[in-house]
Amino acid sequence: MKKLLQLFGAFARIGVMTFGGGYAMIPMLEREIVEKHGWASNEEIMDYYAVGQCTPGIIAVNTATFVGYSQAGAAGGIAATLGIVFPSLVIICVIAGILTNFADLPVVKSAFAGIRVCVCVLIFNAVTKLWKSAVKDKAALLLCLMVFVLSVFFSISPVVFVLLCATAGILLTQWGGRGK
Amino acid sequence: MTLYLRLFFEFFKTGLFAVGGGMATLPFLYSMADRTGWFDTLQLADMIAVSESTPGPIGVNMATYVGFATGGVPGAIVATLGLVTPSLMVILIIARVLQAFRQNRYVDAAFYGLRPCSVGLIAAAGVLVVKIALFFPERFAQTGRVLDLFNFKALALAGVLLLLTRVVRPTKSLHPIVFILASAAAGVLLAF
Repeated sequence: MKKLLQLFGAFARIGVMTFGGGYAMIPMLEREIVEKHGWASNEEIMDYYAVGQCTPGIIAVNTATFVGYSQAGAAGGIAATLGIVFPSLVIICVIAGILTNFADLPVVKSAFAGIRVCVCVLIFNAVTKLWKSAVKDKAALLLCLMVFVLSVFFSISPVVFVLLCATAGILLTQWGGRGK
Repeated sequence: MTLYLRLFFEFFKTGLFAVGGGMATLPFLYSMADRTGWFDTLQLADMIAVSESTPGPIGVNMATYVGFATGGVPGAIVATLGLVTPSLMVILIIARVLQAFRQNRYVDAAFYGLRPCSVGLIAAAGVLVVKIALFFPERFAQTGRVLDLFNFKALALAGVLLLLTRVVRPTKSLHPIVFILASAAAGVLLAF
């Protein structure tokens, strides 16, 4: 029980200190998990993170589940996961509650109209960054463009694209000699 | 009750199929807005901004926000639990065979197709935000004048932000919060 509380606390601290998730959480992970608690080595953390990237779901959550599981089995995985989402739950509920009350003020509307422009730029930057690591040959380029065009012009569920592209990836690599 | 069940199910699906973290949940949220009518694309753009500028993983923050907007605090909890349940299940299953999973060639091969897919989906969701943030599609539909389509103030701000986040060396590595706050100030000062 003590271990579960420790896991919950450690990942709640990581959740509070991480803005944006993804790579931003690595330094915090190292400080809490490696230096403070000695639950894993730096190499193990990178391994967990790498697997977190190639399993479904949010990378930060996946990494938390892995560390928790390695320390205290399934219960540890659950404790660590609840820890990492706990700060978000509290902070977002408070902010969302406040914003709903002020959303109709002209000043707030103008501020968010400005912020929306920034969100466009942030998404654009995220896409170009991902593009570099994801689109490395013509087949990948074609897949990416097809998904983009089809989902802009038709309302097809992203689930369909994910399933089709995973299959295409396997087919292209196994029989098309791609991806290596 | 059914609302909470649907929230859980929708986010379970998002958690199961969103690959790559961060913005990867975005296309699923747009598709959700489209089908359920729980929130609109305008609100979603604001949620992205809040999720980027508050602590915690973006994907988790967005799920909490959407859940809260749809069903209050219980909605926020249900949505977040829905999002993390697939992660928990999958990881508890593969944790035992971690090394084998990482080195499995089919997993590798699937990701060869999944990464470009994720980029395409996020870019498509970005187009929706661009449409409402930088253009006036409704005004254009009313007047039919091409000039009415463009939101010139917003386009100018976008240009400045692109330069600051990608080209100008001293500002390039600043955290997104800085740009979000600056854009909020610009929005108020220039009366967007």
